[in-house]
Amino acid sequence: MTKKGARTEDTTFSELRSVTKTQLIWRAFKRHQLGIIGGIILILLYGFAFFAEFIAPYSSDLQVRGKAFHPPTRLHFFDEEGNFILQPFVYHYELVDRVFKVYRPDRTIKYPLRFFVRGEKYKFLGLIPSDIHLFGTKAPGHIFLLGTDKFGRDIFTRLLFGARISLSVGLVGILVSFSMGALIGGIAGYYGGVVDNLLMRVAEMIMAFPGFYLLLALRALLPTALPSTTVYLLIVFILSFIGWPGFARVIRGMFLSLREQEFSLAAKALGSTDLRIILRHILPNTMSFIIVAATLSVPAYILGESALSFLGLGIQEPQASWGNMLAAAMNTRVLASFPWILVPGFFIFITILAFNFLGDALRDALEPRMRTSRQTFTG
Amino acid sequence: MVKPNENLMEVKNLKKYFPLRGGFLSRAAGEIRAVDGVSFSIRPMETLGLVGESGSGKTTVARAILRLSSITEGQVLFEGRDIFKLGREDLRKLRRRLQVIFQDPHASLNPRMSVEDIVGEAIVIHHLARGPEKKEKIVTLLEIVGLSAHYLGRYPHEFSGGERQRIGIARALAVDPRLIVCDEPVSALDVSIQAQVINLLKDLQRRFGLSYLFIAHDLSVVRHIAHRVAVMYLGKIVELATRDRLYTSPQHPYTEALFSAVPIPDPTVKQKRIVLRGEMPSPVNPPSGCYFHPRCPYAEPICRQKSPEREDLGGQHWVACHLRKRAGHKINSNKGGRNQ
Repeated sequence: MTKKGARTEDTTFSELRSVTKTQLIWRAFKRHQLGIIGGIILILLYGFAFFAEFIAPYSSDLQVRGKAFHPPTRLHFFDEEGNFILQPFVYHYELVDRVFKVYRPDRTIKYPLRFFVRGEKYKFLGLIPSDIHLFGTKAPGHIFLLGTDKFGRDIFTRLLFGARISLSVGLVGILVSFSMGALIGGIAGYYGGVVDNLLMRVAEMIMAFPGFYLLLALRALLPTALPSTTVYLLIVFILSFIGWPGFARVIRGMFLSLREQEFSLAAKALGSTDLRIILRHILPNTMSFIIVAATLSVPAYILGESALSFLGLGIQEPQASWGNMLAAAMNTRVLASFPWILVPGFFIFITILAFNFLGDALRDALEPRMRTSRQTFTG
Repeated sequence: MVKPNENLMEVKNLKKYFPLRGGFLSRAAGEIRAVDGVSFSIRPMETLGLVGESGSGKTTVARAILRLSSITEGQVLFEGRDIFKLGREDLRKLRRRLQVIFQDPHASLNPRMSVEDIVGEAIVIHHLARGPEKKEKIVTLLEIVGLSAHYLGRYPHEFSGGERQRIGIARALAVDPRLIVCDEPVSALDVSIQAQVINLLKDLQRRFGLSYLFIAHDLSVVRHIAHRVAVMYLGKIVELATRDRLYTSPQHPYTEALFSAVPIPDPTVKQKRIVLRGEMPSPVNPPSGCYFHPRCPYAEPICRQKSPEREDLGGQHWVACHLRKRAGHKINSNKGGRNQ
């Protein structure tokens, strides 16, 4: 574009100084260490969930006979003489009390930990057939990193498969409810008048119901015995149905004010269509809010799914979800003797914390104005 | 096409009332008469200044004649056609001939769009050019308003107020308009920058044969650019005259008071200031008769009862005031200063 020599110099000078908006945002984000940690944790969690079949040593519904409530297997990096060994090993565990499920390691039988072992056959994401697992032990030995449940199923494995459901419910739910909220709120805010009145009253009606009872009522309306994919979609739908109104209200407000901004009027004066004004001028200016609000709202969806599954209204056994895994921990006697079945709860906790940290950091970077009041958008 | 002597735009008895809602289930509880019967015309290559206090309805007039809002009554003719009766396709064509520059250079540029996208938007909407040709056009537009081509990829927050206003002007010029409505284009800028932008607007007028409706509350700015000036008070035009006549012999008491409030940057000149009492009344509940009578230093009983008609004083000078009709009454006489 440069035509004159003088201008070229000027360009390099100004390019040295100018900082793009993206860089500014990234700088502000980096200052937020908890946010970075939250982001890394989430990437790891979602990564593990995505590669569940490969990382998990077993399949999610494999019941190992005689290994119910097996405690977490310890990995040993030192042999009996106290020497460090490169390849860790596990001991064989002996069931010593059949009634109270007490196991004791048998120090005479060792199974070395192996990587990329051939194990059960699976189809990665239901598409690519394989039988390679990240780690495992040789045949009679078992490795239960986080113990087993009352059916002798590996909790670590089920945690990974459960994460697929529990973590994706959050994302899909947000996607659905925020699209709904943005569409309805956008229409109400942009066109105003009767449309606005009608849509917002409906939204307020849904918001007026106590969220959790509405959740239960909606679930009760629908048959209980359904295939798991249908149930999954149902949960997403129910959570989104409760979640959209709060978000729609905020979007409506933003549309209402952005529509009257001079840049929107200028676009209208230039002959832009409504659709173009909405897509090019209004929506991009709500984007940072949407990203922040969505991140901060994901936990509510994860909790919602867990709550439904915990109560037996969500994902059904044998399919794993964090909520229905926790249902096993309802019995305090079981919980006292086999505390490892509480692990999914810990992961829910970590995930929600990570989302909140990430959301806080994103908000500080993208929407400094929102700092004073923090809100999530579900019932 | 409009012949040189015809009006490019003609506004006839324009009214814009905003309904006031309140109480149970949003009953209509009244209306705000933001613009209450405004008429004026703009000729090709002419600048009409529109001055008045905040709240006098200047911006509402601007939005209405751009068809950015609906109107309650009246007609807006552009090139002889009523813009409120245009169909979709004709409206699109109108948009290319009628443009706008806004007051706030921070709010009038979309913060999420680069300069290239902002200036190029009209080119995209009206399919004027594409690819390298489009870019070439954008660069030309930027150069016309005095910005260099390497600003293309930058975003509005990287510019000063004056530069942003130039971007706004480039955006308006992109469609090659006939009339540009300038809604207080310089009131948010520093004085030194104001002069630059005013000069740019004057240059552009000469170069492209533009007409302006120049809205401002700063009379000295209007003096620099306008050929004729209309003075608005509470939704009505109280006086309209050529610049020189209005500035040398204002006829309406309100105009007179306005001019006496313009600071003259010369300490040796003694000014007699006419200080108006009170505030501009609310347009929800305007005063009876002449809207200006509660603040008018010369008000007489008739002003309270009857709304004054527009009176033609000849030489393109209009005024709406009862007292003008009285023979022998000299508005510039030393009578004033007392309120009723």
